[in-house]
Amino acid sequence: MKNTISQRVADFLKNYPPFNGLNTSDLERLSEQVSIIYKEKGSVIFTEKEEGHSFFYLVHKGAVSLYKKTTNDIVDICDEGDIFGLRPLMANENYELEAKAHEESIIYAIPIALFKPLALENKVIGNFLIESFASNTRNPYSKSHRGKLYSEAPIDPSKEASEIPLTDLQSVQFSKNIVSCSPATTIKQVAEIMTSKNIGAILVLEDKLPIGIITDKDLRNKIGTGMFPITATAAKIMTSPVITYPKSMTITQAQMAMMKSGISHLCLTKDGTVNSKVVGIVSKHDVMVSLGNNPAVLIKAIKRVKKIKHLKPIRHSIMGLLSGYLEGNIPMTIISKIIAELNDACMKQVVELSLEKMSTPPPVKFAWLALGSQGRSEQMLHTDQDNALIFGDVEEEALPKTTTYFLKLSKLVTKGLHDMGYEYCPADMMASNPKWCLSLKEWKEMTSHWIINPGIDEVLLSSIFFDYNVVYGEPKLANELSEHIFYSVKKYPIFFLHLAKGALQNPSPTGFFRQFLVEQDGDHKDEFDVKSRALRPLTDAARVLLLSHHIKAINNTSERFEKLAELEPNNKEIYLACSYAAKALLKFRTKQGIQNNSSGRFIDLNSLSKEEKMKLKRTFKTIKDIQELVSHRFQLKSM
Amino acid sequence: MFKFFKKNTPILPDFWTLYANTFKTTMPEDLESTTFIVLDTETTGFDYTDDRMLSIGAVAVYQQTIAVNKGFEIYIKQEVYGKEAAKIHGILKHGTIPKVSELDALKMLLSYIGNKTIIAHHAIFDIQMINKALARHHLPALKNKHIDTSQLYKKTLLKSNLITKKEHYSLDELADKFNISKKDRHTAMGDAYITAILFLKILSKLKEKKNLRIKDLLD
Repeated sequence: MKNTISQRVADFLKNYPPFNGLNTSDLERLSEQVSIIYKEKGSVIFTEKEEGHSFFYLVHKGAVSLYKKTTNDIVDICDEGDIFGLRPLMANENYELEAKAHEESIIYAIPIALFKPLALENKVIGNFLIESFASNTRNPYSKSHRGKLYSEAPIDPSKEASEIPLTDLQSVQFSKNIVSCSPATTIKQVAEIMTSKNIGAILVLEDKLPIGIITDKDLRNKIGTGMFPITATAAKIMTSPVITYPKSMTITQAQMAMMKSGISHLCLTKDGTVNSKVVGIVSKHDVMVSLGNNPAVLIKAIKRVKKIKHLKPIRHSIMGLLSGYLEGNIPMTIISKIIAELNDACMKQVVELSLEKMSTPPPVKFAWLALGSQGRSEQMLHTDQDNALIFGDVEEEALPKTTTYFLKLSKLVTKGLHDMGYEYCPADMMASNPKWCLSLKEWKEMTSHWIINPGIDEVLLSSIFFDYNVVYGEPKLANELSEHIFYSVKKYPIFFLHLAKGALQNPSPTGFFRQFLVEQDGDHKDEFDVKSRALRPLTDAARVLLLSHHIKAINNTSERFEKLAELEPNNKEIYLACSYAAKALLKFRTKQGIQNNSSGRFIDLNSLSKEEKMKLKRTFKTIKDIQELVSHRFQLKSM
Repeated sequence: MFKFFKKNTPILPDFWTLYANTFKTTMPEDLESTTFIVLDTETTGFDYTDDRMLSIGAVAVYQQTIAVNKGFEIYIKQEVYGKEAAKIHGILKHGTIPKVSELDALKMLLSYIGNKTIIAHHAIFDIQMINKALARHHLPALKNKHIDTSQLYKKTLLKSNLITKKEHYSLDELADKFNISKKDRHTAMGDAYITAILFLKILSKLKEKKNLRIKDLLD
């Protein structure tokens, strides 16, 4: 029977192939028989060799990863709208891959018995399914190759792009949004269009046929040099004729073509000649994206994103890059810089896109701050979001309205970050919380309050606030707040004692017999909490020690220790050991996180090799030493 | 109505006996083998005595799965009609949606829910509305256990001085928090669906405590 939910299901299905090929009554009939399944992150939908279910599946929300269990290779990640688990529908065989919820997901189960006749009847649907089932893709996140099941060439994200064998089979991804002008358009207009669309090349069309192309290079060579004025027409400077290809070309072909003609853009037309309609344009950038991960390409891709949900696949690529770096043993300092840059760029883009959604521009300047690990450039994996917003001071009467504006903006941004994979902060330490979205004046009052009344909560709150990073907006606001904090701290030196005390509060990593101390209860029973037992003592110690030297410009824990080594030559050795330990532990946590698709915080000790355990333990000695130093420095034992 | 009739044990109709008998079977203890009924009612207003149910929507959740064809959605003929509430749920008094009488609605509902545990957002309200309707037809109150998702959510919050727990969390607020689409909000079945997803999401948070049993959720 048709009901509200079946209509909701139909509404979703009709946007995605193969369901978009169904007529309304079939779609409704099918939707009524769908089951909606909720899957927690990491839970299995079906496993290798398992007998085929009587359903195939479609991702409604979240993402599902398909694994080859023996090698633990992710063959594909299915996003919203992707179908998977087609094997029982097509081949009546047991599953070849394991499907697992890559993140919390809602999945539609489509009954095969009901769907099969429709697929047999409708050629378009049948072909789509066969293609989906049989085609092979090298790039699991490619938009034009969704929901693949074939597992012959598993993707290993840790491999550098060049090591992945090139296949001639995959067709190139191209941009279908063709930006064009007419031969009579002036150069000034052309440049304006290219700037606003953020593109490097524009097609010159006449009667829908491509007669020329203008790239950044043409603007540089022919306008910048003064050869033509900006009032000249496009026809004067375009490169003509355009080199065209059919749209079915492969990545390799596209690459060859670009190399051969020394050009950076290819025009794809319906039949591959200049005499047919343009269907798309391929840039060197597209080819590079298809080929793999590279920070420069990713940054460019992030900046081009127009919808927050399109950032998600990029974040997947960033993770691929990260695990490649770890595999390649690139120094952690460099890894964390690059990954933090990329994470920042993603956040910045989210803020920018959220600003576009607001009906008016911000009434005053503001700064979006990343707090905690992100603020220290130590956040490699998807963790909780901790952020805050400072906006410029306004007249008293205008304050409520201004606050409302920025709270609305913050809600959009935090939701965007959430969609991108950053969990909401369980303690609600986010700019969408009215307590964390304040004017500069209010922030000053708030931080003064923490510093003057340092209880346990205040110390915790302020410690987060000493590690921030301006992701977006006016750095001056944040600087002014830091100035204020430092000024207040100087007046109330007792604050350091509390901060130092806070730094010693974390549970110690080892027991009396130097065995690992593991968690006693909860979900992570018998696991080792690397964050609070090992990383946090170091972070907290670095912060309070450096603050007591009145230095605020350095946020990163290992860099803080390096600076301390410079400031206190007599303690150089221990500080450098700490700096090393901080990097080693971060790397350790990141590797664990990638392996388990988690935050990497809790480690199952049984899964570690003897060598890894030794490495971990070596850092514990350093932690103990630094805690003693802090306790001695601030004379906490006598308190 | 003759008040003294109520003192005697009333003769209850067959459909009620059938419903009451379902409670003779013992309920499973673990979550995996329990079927939950997530329901929502749209009413003419918030007054237990004066207002009436206009629609009941429900979905069954079994092993984290909602079968669309096992949903329950009915619209009820009522003489009472609240203009204010109509702006929210959009049900017209003489609209074209097929409607059933209140008694038939209750019959269908009882046979649908049986002894299953009821989940609802601010469950007390929906259950009271149903109980008031049952009372109008001289029937006893619902016998089902229930879980309120608004209360259940509170169990996921950290115990920290930094968080001020609110007394109530609205469905809208929690849907936003858990990133649940609010499509079909304010239709009984749409809200039931949103509540069901919310319930599953809260449950997955709570499952971090091992061996979660039904009785941990009730109260």
